[in-house]
Amino acid sequence: MTLVQPRPSAVERLAGGEPRRALLDELSKREIRRAVLTAVAVPGYQVPFASREMPVARGWGSGGLQITLAVIGSDDVLKVIDQGEDAGVNAANLRRLVADASGVATTTVAGEATVIQSRHRIPEEPMRADQLLVLQVPVPEPLRGVERDMTELRRMHAETDYARMWVSLYEDLVRNGVITQTPGYPCLVGGRYVMATTPIPRWDIPKLHRSEHLSLFGAGREKRIYAVPPHTDVEPLTFDDVPFEVEQPDGACCHRCGSGSPASAVSSFLVELPSTGGAGRWVCSDTDWCARRTEQTSRYGTAAAGGPVREHEEVGR
Amino acid sequence: MTPALQVEGLGKIYGPGGAADVAGTGPDHGRVVSPSSGGVVAAWDVSFSVGAGEALGIIGESGSGKSTVLRCICGDETPTAGSIRLACVDGGGRDLTELGASARRALRIDRLAVVYQDPAEGLDLRLSAGGNVAERLTAAGWRNFGGIRSRAAELMRRTDVPLDRMDDPVKEFSGGMRQRVQLAKALANNPPVVLLDEPTTGLDASVAAAVLDLIRDLLDELGVAAVVVSHDFSVIELLTQRALVMQHGRVVEAGLTDQLLEDPQHPYSQRLVGAARG
Repeated sequence: MTLVQPRPSAVERLAGGEPRRALLDELSKREIRRAVLTAVAVPGYQVPFASREMPVARGWGSGGLQITLAVIGSDDVLKVIDQGEDAGVNAANLRRLVADASGVATTTVAGEATVIQSRHRIPEEPMRADQLLVLQVPVPEPLRGVERDMTELRRMHAETDYARMWVSLYEDLVRNGVITQTPGYPCLVGGRYVMATTPIPRWDIPKLHRSEHLSLFGAGREKRIYAVPPHTDVEPLTFDDVPFEVEQPDGACCHRCGSGSPASAVSSFLVELPSTGGAGRWVCSDTDWCARRTEQTSRYGTAAAGGPVREHEEVGR
Repeated sequence: MTPALQVEGLGKIYGPGGAADVAGTGPDHGRVVSPSSGGVVAAWDVSFSVGAGEALGIIGESGSGKSTVLRCICGDETPTAGSIRLACVDGGGRDLTELGASARRALRIDRLAVVYQDPAEGLDLRLSAGGNVAERLTAAGWRNFGGIRSRAAELMRRTDVPLDRMDDPVKEFSGGMRQRVQLAKALANNPPVVLLDEPTTGLDASVAAAVLDLIRDLLDELGVAAVVVSHDFSVIELLTQRALVMQHGRVVEAGLTDQLLEDPQHPYSQRLVGAARG
């Protein structure tokens, strides 16, 4: 006796196959793309948009997630990083979520990706014109620290009235001798709007200045999208006689790939590994970049992105 | 020569109606509330001009409209009628009331400074004294930290604020010192016109006297055009050469300060002077 597959009813045929779990409908995506286009047209200006509920808590990447879902197409390759890491819980979950909803391929290699969603970092490997950076922003308003009234904030942006932002830098210098603000360092975009670079360290800010790639910033909780188009000036606010400095601990180098050591031609943003002994060990924050350098070193004796690295017992020979 | 500040026919009416509300108000009727519409005629038909290096006083009791006039000039209020001209804006050819809100605010950076009675209105009390001055300087485009520091220190020296307090938050300062910091901030970009609204009211007598001396010295030294609003005759007498007396929103008498105090003509002025002189 053969099992006869029951023919699908007319209603079932009309309904089509098993639907893909979509997080945003096409109209919502279009609305977000419209906000993105406005943001690209007015670099650094915070465009309000109708932020949707996402299956992640607001403030945990819902803004970046909505942009990614709205702009990603079936031939895109997605990379998601959190604190420079592809393997972080948040990064892994967001990557799976987007892949599940849109069916795109994923990667951890920065050079292979067409869309990179990130919190905290811009990959060390220089991005290309065909790549898109999506940053998850918790606090999009650079002036929030000096003014809380929204109407007044809008007026200040509209009139380029950034005196109080400068005063906060002045006060910081007077009180601490250095400008202490590190993530979210305020930058002037295209000579017009002051923008918060909330998630990224100062180290990454020069990568936004006249970059090859388009950067989109999404704040889901605050319902704002802003952008830095390619080849746009991004100047960190600083006084003429107080140079802008990136954070780099003295004498630290990555204990895996040797980046930042005197023998290494390259340096990268380093994070300290927690240790009980008190002797801090440093490691590249961008794990994908570091891993590939380490691999190249072990295979060819030279690292991928620079000159020879200092030999180290940790480098797996 | 165009006067540094020229005000003509300035009027401010709160509430409904317009120029029609003026009927039935003023000193002759002893009221500022319009009998027809209930609108408040806070000031009407106020005209004067102040030259560089000159100080004009406006005297009157509470509610006489003197502060309203000042707030209309500086842009905190929009006048209902009249024109305001500054020599430093298009050579006096432009009526400030025609300017947009943002252009009005821009004037406050380096052309038209105000010293309020309450330092909290003119200062950010959370910031340091130097930071308050720096706000004006950075608004005017100063971007050199060393330059801002030395300019702020110079202003502190001029306004007798101890230099070692320059980096302390203003909220830790006494009333007199706050007022000095407010002066330093107002003068940061050498504005040609300075408006002072009851600058020493609320200070105790000895501190007020010291602040007054300071203001007088600064006005003499900097050659700015100043308008001083006060209900206190000693302030007006010390700081100004000419004065207006206001009552119920109108100017009832104008003249040289000395003459006005020695020989007041209007009955209201006589009452005011009499009350002040005992």
